[in-house]
Amino acid sequence: MARIIVVTSGKGGVGKTTTSAAISMGLAKKGHKTVVIDFDVGLRNLDLIMGCERRVVYDIINVINGEATLNQALIKDKNCNLLSILPASQTRNKDALTLEGVEKILEELSKDFKYIVCDSPAGIETGAHLAMYFADDAFIVTNPEVSSVRDSDRMLGILSSQSRRAERGEEPIKEYLLLSRYSAERVKSGEMMSLDDVQDILSLHLLGVIPESKSVLTSSNAGTPVILDEKSEAGQAYADIVARYLGENKPHRFIDEKSGFFRKLFGGK
Amino acid sequence: MTINSHSPPAVEFKSSTFSVPVLSLASNDLMLIEQLLNEKVKLAPEFFKHSPVVVDLGEVHKKQLILDFADLVTVIRKAGLFVVGIRSGNELQQAQAIALGIPLNTAPTNDVKIDTKSKVIKAPTNDEFVENDSTTMMITKPIRSGQRIYSHGDLIVLAQVGAGAEILAEGNIHVYGTLRGRALAGVQGNTEARIFCSDLQAELISIAGNYKISDDIHGAISNTPVQIYLQKNTLVVKPIV
Repeated sequence: MARIIVVTSGKGGVGKTTTSAAISMGLAKKGHKTVVIDFDVGLRNLDLIMGCERRVVYDIINVINGEATLNQALIKDKNCNLLSILPASQTRNKDALTLEGVEKILEELSKDFKYIVCDSPAGIETGAHLAMYFADDAFIVTNPEVSSVRDSDRMLGILSSQSRRAERGEEPIKEYLLLSRYSAERVKSGEMMSLDDVQDILSLHLLGVIPESKSVLTSSNAGTPVILDEKSEAGQAYADIVARYLGENKPHRFIDEKSGFFRKLFGGK
Repeated sequence: MTINSHSPPAVEFKSSTFSVPVLSLASNDLMLIEQLLNEKVKLAPEFFKHSPVVVDLGEVHKKQLILDFADLVTVIRKAGLFVVGIRSGNELQQAQAIALGIPLNTAPTNDVKIDTKSKVIKAPTNDEFVENDSTTMMITKPIRSGQRIYSHGDLIVLAQVGAGAEILAEGNIHVYGTLRGRALAGVQGNTEARIFCSDLQAELISIAGNYKISDDIHGAISNTPVQIYLQKNTLVVKPIV
């Protein structure tokens, strides 16, 4: 049975799609057959980040409506052959997604894949609801900023009450925190919420902190998931996150300010 | 008549929550019920005047007592109350309720089969006629923004209550974490109810309808365990020493 992961946040622009692309690539690179699904029908983005926008023929709505088979719609990633992408439709709206349709697709994908990553749209409407409904694990992407934290808190409430697991009274969805666009310098100067401030409100299992990094934008524009940029801090942070999710013990990084050259020299922290 | 697209629709369904007293019966002796009801109403005639009431037949059903629901409704009407719903009861009673235009408030519980041949058991005299459903609710996980929790008795929360969450209890509220959302204790009018929390950062606190919003409560009390109680219709926030 596949493990279904939803990448969600409530708020837009916090890095859900970047995260979905990075972790699905990370899981595939670790040797697990993975598929990533774009649930953002009408605002299709994942294919751009994954660099496969020119190879989209059919999408998830075509599959739901029976106009194409799942295999026709799935796109093999060019960097890793264990990774597939199921794109969203750009011409339809989110109401074209149906619960039965999504369930059928996930059931079918479960036979072939080890991990199914669902890239949720922002908001708490149909698309976001269907993306999280069947999930086993939830990656909550949050920026260190009050409105993002509040929306994540709301999303957690929805996860614990409106998912299939909740409705069936099964073991609840496992929730993980991914704190993105974190800047230790700005936290130190008091401009940004610290990890502790965020955890004070959310109290979640922390999977990793992703530092604010220029490489995220460059990678996105180039159509390669940032995790492939092994030199960048964001890429390393996502690699750590995937490793931790798979049970490896990696110490947390990027939380404290980098120790500068001089401080290292004089033995300061 | 043309419908102006700017005017609100003529018919609109809106969701709203009301608190309605529940009349819980432990006997099927209509004479006794009538007598006790009248005594109760006499205690607070203004409160009970034309008051809506939901009849809970759970106990009667459990004890397999036979009770004609239509007769019961007549007795309750005589006491000046209006039956607006029925909870539990057997199929016959529920059918009677529907026939009288009274809605069912829960799914039917068919766990007890009614033996129609069984004799009417004489009701035990029960002093606690109107029962208080004082069950304590315990929550161990954080209450998230947008969630709403209602307890018919006390409410104990062993985690934080997020901003934008709402917790309501007919009894006391205990929060062993930071209280950021809204907390309303004694929502059925219990002025003795209190709120306890280990860190008060609430958006709103209320006891029996008397409330304070965050602007009025924020002082030097953050990060200290406090209790909130009602004194002469004013909310008092006091650190617990």
